[in-house]
Amino acid sequence: MMTDVTARDKAALIISARDVVGRSLWIDASRRMFANRAAVASIILLSVIAVMAVFAPLLSPYPYDSINYQLISCAPFWWPGHHVPCVAGGAHWFGTDALGRDLFIRVLYGARVSLAVGLVATFVSLFIGVSYGAISGFVGGRIDELMMRIVDVLYSLPFIFFVIILMVVFNRSLWLLFLAIGAVEWLTMARIVRGLTLSVKETEFIEAARASGVRGHAIILRHVLPNIIGPVVVYVTLTIPSVILAESFLSFLGLGVEEPLTSWGVLIANGAYQIETAPWLLIFPSIFMAVTLFCFNFIGDGLRDALDPKDR
Amino acid sequence: MLAYTIRRVLGAVPTLLAIITLSFVLMRLAPGGPFDQARRLPPQIERNIEHNYHLDEPLYRQYFRYLDNLAHFNFGPSYRNRAFTVGELIKIGLPVSARIGLAAIFLAIMLGAAFGTVAALCHNRFADHGIMSIAMVGITIPNFVTAPILTLIFGVYGLSLFGHPISLPVGGWNGGALRNLVLPVIILALPQMAIIARLVRGSMIEVLHSNYVRTARAKGLPARLVITRHALRAGLLPLVSYLGPAVASILTGSLVVEQIFGLPGIGRYFVQAAVNRDYTMVMGVVITYATLVIVLNLAADLLYGVLDPRVRL
Repeated sequence: MMTDVTARDKAALIISARDVVGRSLWIDASRRMFANRAAVASIILLSVIAVMAVFAPLLSPYPYDSINYQLISCAPFWWPGHHVPCVAGGAHWFGTDALGRDLFIRVLYGARVSLAVGLVATFVSLFIGVSYGAISGFVGGRIDELMMRIVDVLYSLPFIFFVIILMVVFNRSLWLLFLAIGAVEWLTMARIVRGLTLSVKETEFIEAARASGVRGHAIILRHVLPNIIGPVVVYVTLTIPSVILAESFLSFLGLGVEEPLTSWGVLIANGAYQIETAPWLLIFPSIFMAVTLFCFNFIGDGLRDALDPKDR
Repeated sequence: MLAYTIRRVLGAVPTLLAIITLSFVLMRLAPGGPFDQARRLPPQIERNIEHNYHLDEPLYRQYFRYLDNLAHFNFGPSYRNRAFTVGELIKIGLPVSARIGLAAIFLAIMLGAAFGTVAALCHNRFADHGIMSIAMVGITIPNFVTAPILTLIFGVYGLSLFGHPISLPVGGWNGGALRNLVLPVIILALPQMAIIARLVRGSMIEVLHSNYVRTARAKGLPARLVITRHALRAGLLPLVSYLGPAVASILTGSLVVEQIFGLPGIGRYFVQAAVNRDYTMVMGVVITYATLVIVLNLAADLLYGVLDPRVRL
């Protein structure tokens, strides 16, 4: 008979099913990600910048804050044009700034601050946004409406001004900068997470978890969050550059990190004042910052294509 | 439509009140008073100053006094710039900022929409990729980098274009002369132009694939008419809802641009006030900005309601 399947066939089917290696979402996604040349190049470039930032003191013989009045704003030795090069001071690859400090090491120290702000503030915004959005979406009803109304209200504010108020009111410190930027960047994350939670909430496996008596917070942590992680990861990579920009913006205005510590925003601000006499002071920090921002954007786009191929 | 308008206007009031309360509370949480100086004043004088500015009253009285003053467009005295009140400073600065900001928004919308439409019409061809790559650069590179570089190119070195040397002033207001406005406006508009180009490209691609555009083409309408009369109307709609955020980003950008070019707008006053911890000035400017953003958001939403009948529920 045609529909009759023998025991041997069944066994063969089971074995072949066992031999097939399952391809999870993540394996699929990483395969797509590594096929994206721009994203891979960005990851490599960004890792190089990050490693240089971490090991900055080992890469240069000069301390980042040592002032040398013999070498004020001297050009890198290879700089074209008629600028005064740093002859006596050894190899200043990026030249020196208005106080005779080596620009190369200062750009790397700036990278430390900018990347640290990017990561910490993004983590703060991730933490607030995910908890807020997941609770709002999962609880639903009136509370959801109220919570989202609050987000709407905050959304319509020019929030960078509130960071500035925070920096004015409390004395400026690096930690406050981290927290303040993170505390205003969580809104979009909360909206995204809420929307995803709403759609996951109605699925059968959540219903099953509820029916078997799992508590609300456990459902959120164990069943909802793992299922919405893809878009969240994408948005995190896009938040980091906007946080770095916000920090540089504040530092540029003189409201961010303070001397002798530096960040790309401070270096660019200082360079902008000397652009005629010492253009390298603007150009090198700008290149580092622009490359970093580009990398994060390309990685974000790559991740989005990899994790959500239908939304191209 | 009327009910919708009323609902939206009433919704804006608590937002504004929340902003005022929030900035008031934040300012009063500040450690140290606005008159703290390196040299301590004699206690009697200190008390007199505090009495003069009503800082010795209980907090809730100060709050209601501030609300009452705001209702009369009185932002109080500037704690640092004693010759002026905050209201006077804002009145001096706002026209300057508004002029630059409006010009920048106008430029961004015009050019952004044009580039976005061209990119959509050349979807996946060279012009599309070219415009989108430039837009990516425009979005990524912040205005405090583009400003000095463009200043160097057009102001300091003076590029020559078609045989005419261009040399634009690198700063100053000069009574609002056009020459002085060119660079600030372009720099302010660039990132918005890039975002708008992306936005319009996306929506135009969608519209160009829709059924009614295909019908218009099928009945033999020339391409120019299909685009101007049918596609553009729907394709530019998302632009209206982007107006609110665009205004907010232009305000933020104006802080940098006014600082770099030394323009006497409220953005510059705000930054100086923030650095000097001039509380009333900071609060006054934030409230002005927030009001502007809320009102323009509201206007954009209402305009959207007028243009898109599906919204009117």
